[in-house]
Amino acid sequence: MAKKKKATKKFTKSKPENTDKNLHDSILELLRITSTVLPDDIQEVVLDALHREQKDTSAQYAMQIIDKNIKLAETKSQPICQDTGTIVIKVYHPPGFFQLKFRKICEKAVVKATKLGYLRQNSVDSLTGKNDTMNVGNGHPQFHFIEHKKKGIDIKCMLKGGGCENVGAQYALPNTPLEAGRDLAGVRKVILDAIQKAQGRGCGPGTLGVCIGGDRGTGHIHAKDQLLRLMTDTNPIKELDDLEKDIVKTANKLGIGPMGFGGKTTLLGCKISHLNRLPASYYVSISYMCWAFRRQGVSLKTNNTISKWLY
Amino acid sequence: MKRLDYPFKKEDVKDLKVGDMVLISGKMYTGRDAVHHRIHTGTKPPIDLTNQIIYHCGPVVLEHKDGSFEVTAAGPTTSIREEPYQWEVMRDYGIIGVIGKGGMGPKTLKGCQDYGCVYMHAIGGAAQVLAERIKSVDNVYWRDLGSPEAIWELTVEDFPVVITMDSHGNSLHKEIDEISNKKLQELL
Ligand code: SF4
Repeated sequence: MAKKKKATKKFTKSKPENTDKNLHDSILELLRITSTVLPDDIQEVVLDALHREQKDTSAQYAMQIIDKNIKLAETKSQPICQDTGTIVIKVYHPPGFFQLKFRKICEKAVVKATKLGYLRQNSVDSLTGKNDTMNVGNGHPQFHFIEHKKKGIDIKCMLKGGGCENVGAQYALPNTPLEAGRDLAGVRKVILDAIQKAQGRGCGPGTLGVCIGGDRGTGHIHAKDQLLRLMTDTNPIKELDDLEKDIVKTANKLGIGPMGFGGKTTLLGCKISHLNRLPASYYVSISYMCWAFRRQGVSLKTNNTISKWLY
Repeated sequence: MKRLDYPFKKEDVKDLKVGDMVLISGKMYTGRDAVHHRIHTGTKPPIDLTNQIIYHCGPVVLEHKDGSFEVTAAGPTTSIREEPYQWEVMRDYGIIGVIGKGGMGPKTLKGCQDYGCVYMHAIGGAAQVLAERIKSVDNVYWRDLGSPEAIWELTVEDFPVVITMDSHGNSLHKEIDEISNKKLQELL
């Protein structure tokens, strides 16, 4: 009898675990870490770049300051860059997931993160020019929901800066001035052209996400998705893997260097994928990510607390 | 490594050449789109800009309860947006240079040459390092433009920049663009 009583008591006690609050807190922590700590794979390529640059050059100087900045942001738990960028949230969820509720909780976490200074007031009404002050507004934050077969929820977050977004590009092949045809040789030409045109303006050294095919909309989204891949991964398609490596190698011969000061590292990485296209069109969409490559992800337990960091 | 110490002088600027790494100590005034636009449309700047530096920056500033300010992030913003106006400010108000990122175009380069100024490139995105070098916020003007657009008077110490456009007609941006374009043609 007593045992039973105890059991019900225990039941009522554990019932109030507020999984919505857990979700809010997990997203808040995800936002904090994304904004203040660069993932290991990115830090590694930044360090490689620093060591590659010649001594006493402005390129080395730029990389030293970047490296110092990354470390300082982490210890102070302050944003790596003052441009928070677009807050991109990717949610991988099982069937039967409530997207609207997730959105609401996530928006609350974004407001909180903004109030705490992990995110800057970065969302502006395109018509009135007014700052929404809490990073929530038409299309902000940017949500993408993807159903997966796993039981739990994974959330990925990327903060995509404005300066580097401005140097992104989309080419329709064939491109006559570049003599770029509808094949991988043509794709190579336009990617390299985009890198040359960007110079240091996207806060290089940068990383490219590229999509071959799709339409003007999906092409850019898929290009950006490539930035979620690990720097160290290998493209399963041999031709694309070769092209990725070739682009990085060739770009680094251009001499643009960190910040466009001249130097050995212009590009840290390049990730290419493809979508089907229409017979009438052949797009190459290129997303440029600055050195402040802020992305992170978490797997959640069933109670919505964090079980694992993804990068 | 070269130094640029307050009070700045036009002679100091002459010695600065493209590619020089410089640490600045002293005063600078932030000014971006709205400030340049207001000056361009005929309003006089609220401070004497003779021999001063304008920094293209929209800082994140905390206001403490006692009324004092603290800069928590202060990276450079893209300079090219001031290309139509910058040379006029060089001509009319006697600044010695501007700090920003991404470089500027032929009008500004000519302004640098004609009026003895330099363009100094800060490290884009390095918000924390740069904020650390800002020692005090001494004043604020034109706050009606909104906090990031206002003119903030800052005192900095060892603020790191690279000279990318000098007063002798050289532009690192132009140079690198040409070299990389030539190289690209070879590699295509
Ligand atoms: S491009 Fe990147 S590093 Fe540069 S200011 Fe924007 S977010 Fe920061």
